[in-house]
Amino acid sequence: MTASPTPSPTTAPLEPARAPAQKFRRVSAHGRVRHWGPGLLLLSPSLVLLAVFVYGLIAWTVRLSLSGQHSAIDKQTFEGTKTFTNLFTHDISDRFTHSLGNLGLFTLVFLLGTLFMGVLWALLLERKIPGEGIFRAIYLFPMAVSFVASGVVWRWLMNAGTGDRAGGLNAIFHGLGLTFLENPWVLDPHWGMAAMAMPAIWQLSGYVMALFLAGFRGIPAELREAAAMDGAGTFRLYRNVIFPQLTPTALSVLIILGHMSMKMFDLIMSVTGPGWITEVPAVYVWQTLLTSDFAKAAAISVILLLLVAVVIVPYLIYNNRVERRS
Amino acid sequence: MTSTTTTPPPAALPAVAPKPRKAKPSGINRRSPAGRAVTYVLLLFFLIVVLMPAYVLVVTSFKNGRDIGVNGQWGLPTVWTTISWAKAWTALGPSFFRTFELAIPVALISSFLGAANGFVLARWRFPGADVVFTLILFGMFIPYQSVMIPLREVVHSIHLLPGIPTLIFVHCVYGIPICTLIFRNYYATTVPVEIIEASRVDGAGLLRTFASVILPISIPGFVVTIIWQFTSAWNDYLFAIFLSNTNNGPITIALNALAGAQSPDYAASMAGALIASLPTLVVYVVLGRWFIGGLMAGSVKS
Amino acid sequence: MRFTKGAAVAAAGLAVSLLVAGCDTSGGATATGGNTKEVEVFTWWADGGEKAGLDGLVGQFKTDCAKFEFKNGAVAGGAGANAKQVLASRLQTNDPPSTFQAHAGAELTDYIKAGQVEDLSADYKTWGLDAAFPKGLLDSLTVDGKVYSVPANIHRANVLWSNKKVVAAAGITAAPKNLTELFAALDKLKAKGVTPLALGKDWTQLMLLESVLISDLGPDKFKGLWDGSTDFASADVTKALGDYKKLIGYANKDRDTFDWTDAEKLVMDGKAGYQLMGDWEAADLDTKGFKDYDHIAFPGNDTAFQWLADSFVLPKGGKNPEGTKCWLKTVGSAAGQKAFNTKKGSIPARTDATAADYPAYQQSAMAEWKTGVVVPSCAHGSACSQGMQGAVASAIGKFSSDQDAAALQKALSEAQKQFVTKK
Repeated sequence: MTASPTPSPTTAPLEPARAPAQKFRRVSAHGRVRHWGPGLLLLSPSLVLLAVFVYGLIAWTVRLSLSGQHSAIDKQTFEGTKTFTNLFTHDISDRFTHSLGNLGLFTLVFLLGTLFMGVLWALLLERKIPGEGIFRAIYLFPMAVSFVASGVVWRWLMNAGTGDRAGGLNAIFHGLGLTFLENPWVLDPHWGMAAMAMPAIWQLSGYVMALFLAGFRGIPAELREAAAMDGAGTFRLYRNVIFPQLTPTALSVLIILGHMSMKMFDLIMSVTGPGWITEVPAVYVWQTLLTSDFAKAAAISVILLLLVAVVIVPYLIYNNRVERRS
Repeated sequence: MTSTTTTPPPAALPAVAPKPRKAKPSGINRRSPAGRAVTYVLLLFFLIVVLMPAYVLVVTSFKNGRDIGVNGQWGLPTVWTTISWAKAWTALGPSFFRTFELAIPVALISSFLGAANGFVLARWRFPGADVVFTLILFGMFIPYQSVMIPLREVVHSIHLLPGIPTLIFVHCVYGIPICTLIFRNYYATTVPVEIIEASRVDGAGLLRTFASVILPISIPGFVVTIIWQFTSAWNDYLFAIFLSNTNNGPITIALNALAGAQSPDYAASMAGALIASLPTLVVYVVLGRWFIGGLMAGSVKS
Repeated sequence: MRFTKGAAVAAAGLAVSLLVAGCDTSGGATATGGNTKEVEVFTWWADGGEKAGLDGLVGQFKTDCAKFEFKNGAVAGGAGANAKQVLASRLQTNDPPSTFQAHAGAELTDYIKAGQVEDLSADYKTWGLDAAFPKGLLDSLTVDGKVYSVPANIHRANVLWSNKKVVAAAGITAAPKNLTELFAALDKLKAKGVTPLALGKDWTQLMLLESVLISDLGPDKFKGLWDGSTDFASADVTKALGDYKKLIGYANKDRDTFDWTDAEKLVMDGKAGYQLMGDWEAADLDTKGFKDYDHIAFPGNDTAFQWLADSFVLPKGGKNPEGTKCWLKTVGSAAGQKAFNTKKGSIPARTDATAADYPAYQQSAMAEWKTGVVVPSCAHGSACSQGMQGAVASAIGKFSSDQDAAALQKALSEAQKQFVTKK
């Protein structure tokens, strides 16, 4: 999980860094190496570190997940994919598939909620209204806070008590007479994970706003004016002209938020701690490690990695191609 | 707050997103007074929603933990007291300073590595540089759980001291992709190829070009990566919980121990949450413009 | 892909040397270590009676081991759940405290099997502890003839606490002696509009389930659950789970956010009638100045004494073994046990303690410990390994949200098959 509440700022639709590729051809083979050799050398410490600590350790984890090391004293014997199949078919109480379901619900609510709020704020602020800077700064500030810190206050806000024992948001609802709104939040067996998405939405909507705002501002004024001259109303202007221009922004946002969501750990540990209702794979890994079942913890980690890779790898390849073409 | 500026943040972003052309208020860009009123009402409503948790944090932190009753939990303290702040500071103080010892070196080292890598990948390229870059970027997206179990063994077997030194190393390594990305995009858009060529023609090698031509114009990139890595290291919990503990770990661990205790003292927990957020909030307020620059690095396609 | 550990370490070493210019691996100040006089004692005794007990023990340590310094490594959080996570991470990162608290029995066995604690057999002889503790307790500290920890106390887990005033106001005159009577009493409390049974989250629910199992299965079959001789899929267990489900119906709905002390507060505030909790609650209520409480063995448990013992170990690679041994000696000594247990509300593990030195509750507990039928506890590690505990805790958590007794029984049975080797 990304350390900070902040999303990896990546997405990296890395704009072209067109290098003088053709120039290589002009020099001799020896000269070529002399030409780019030092660059590769400067890069090599980082490459070695990443080769070991990203790819090497992933390979190690995969190997562990295929081993029979289910306790602190077990030997590292090869067991094959049994641990993986057990997770899906023989996990006690179907705990793993339950945690995947939780993750799915969380991701859905988190993505939709953050996109909705972010785009709405960006639309409201788009036209350079007076005071925009203040609104923007305040909408964004939760991003500077860690999930661990914000979890403290959200745990208080989402107090499960109702009626006389109502606390946090429920107390407000109670006080306003909106008792039907009082709910157990993160303790609700079915919708607990949806409530868990609230702090995450609070924290990241500002980020989505900032990205879309930059996107809006990047659209040439001529486009808008042309549309206006064609007699397009505001709604059609956005639908037909502006939103299509923002598809890359939306894709970036979905990738960033999606991969953050898969790794969600800090927030859950901070708001509820480990527990059945809000368990996701990342927390399950931690819980499994505490019982020293290394193979199982590794297997869950590998599945988590695959979930992320299924989305990220095509995206990275696509980006790489786009760059090459430009 | 500096983030109020309308110019796009420096570094990475600026060249990517063309400077916003001032939209001339043509017919459709003007809103009716009613529309404007609705806009402000909505903006204010969301402002309150966003600030609500902050209000709770601040107000509760000045209450006495034992006196938080069910009634009046949303109200101002009947008696303002810093007793909870004192309690939180006792619990978090040592780790607060330790986290600076963590976040500052991480920010500096990562930035230098990122600058060197970004320079090579953008302006001193070698065959296959794009593929290498993509492989580097992948490291940014992995769920760290997938390396955590062996990582613990590796850092131990290479005799890194437990706690902060280990975490510095780990954050440096896993910070390479993002810092490389930010600098690569920055150099690719702000450093003309001609400058490099000119430097080469003068007979300058890689290091001299980097030191004398590139570094002096890298300040904006450094500001972005330093802020980014500082914030990431400061707010990290996952690496911290796997590789350190309350005695030698950063503030997130100490805060979680304080707030996760049995029948948590909410007043002290919230004072603690504020203490733990203070440095990153200060960075945000003072350097907001660049802070956002880091967040948006490269995410806007031209 | 062949990727040996040695190669990985070598590659990592290379990588590190390449990064030497960068990350200074020795510069950052580490807070631990340094002072060799320090004995860091890792416990989850951070509050109330537990803290008072620890303070008592520390007082004795200061007298007996004046040349060493006590360092409190307590991590707060229900029954050690938080502490165990912290401890696991410290042991795995090879940064063990000087000594840590471990429940005697299966939980301690995990540490022994993992090679994380040192053999103390020789010290037992030197300190004369072989004869000081009852044999049954020593057995639970011993693996392959070697003893690995020093017990500080004995606690009883299956105790039902009540608020006298609330219970009397509801018209309950006699203490319930079996589950039927308990349900009747709970109904009376419900009619009064108070929470009949105060309950907390995960492990406190497991304690309640275990008590119900003792009532419905009897002590012997209950013990069999943990060594595999009683089948979790049996009809007796089905009945017990039905009773458990019924009991949960009387409990507070926000239980999954409650620690045991939150539940205790409901009883103290008169908002709840009963609470099942270990006998550390007595000392905690006393510390908090609450007088109107009463206690009985959980209805239907009769003389079953569900025990757990806190013990201290000498971890491998600890920083100050000499100081740690002095701590362990104090823990095992008659004076140390008295200083600790009179405050913590537990009874001494030593058989030579004088009952008259102890408050009323402990005097009765000491008598019951001698005469009762001793059964272990899963929630507190004397019956289950960490793996079993994890699986059971997860199943209990699920049940708290969906109330599906059949699924709970299936999960418990599967956990038994997976983690318990039949004797």
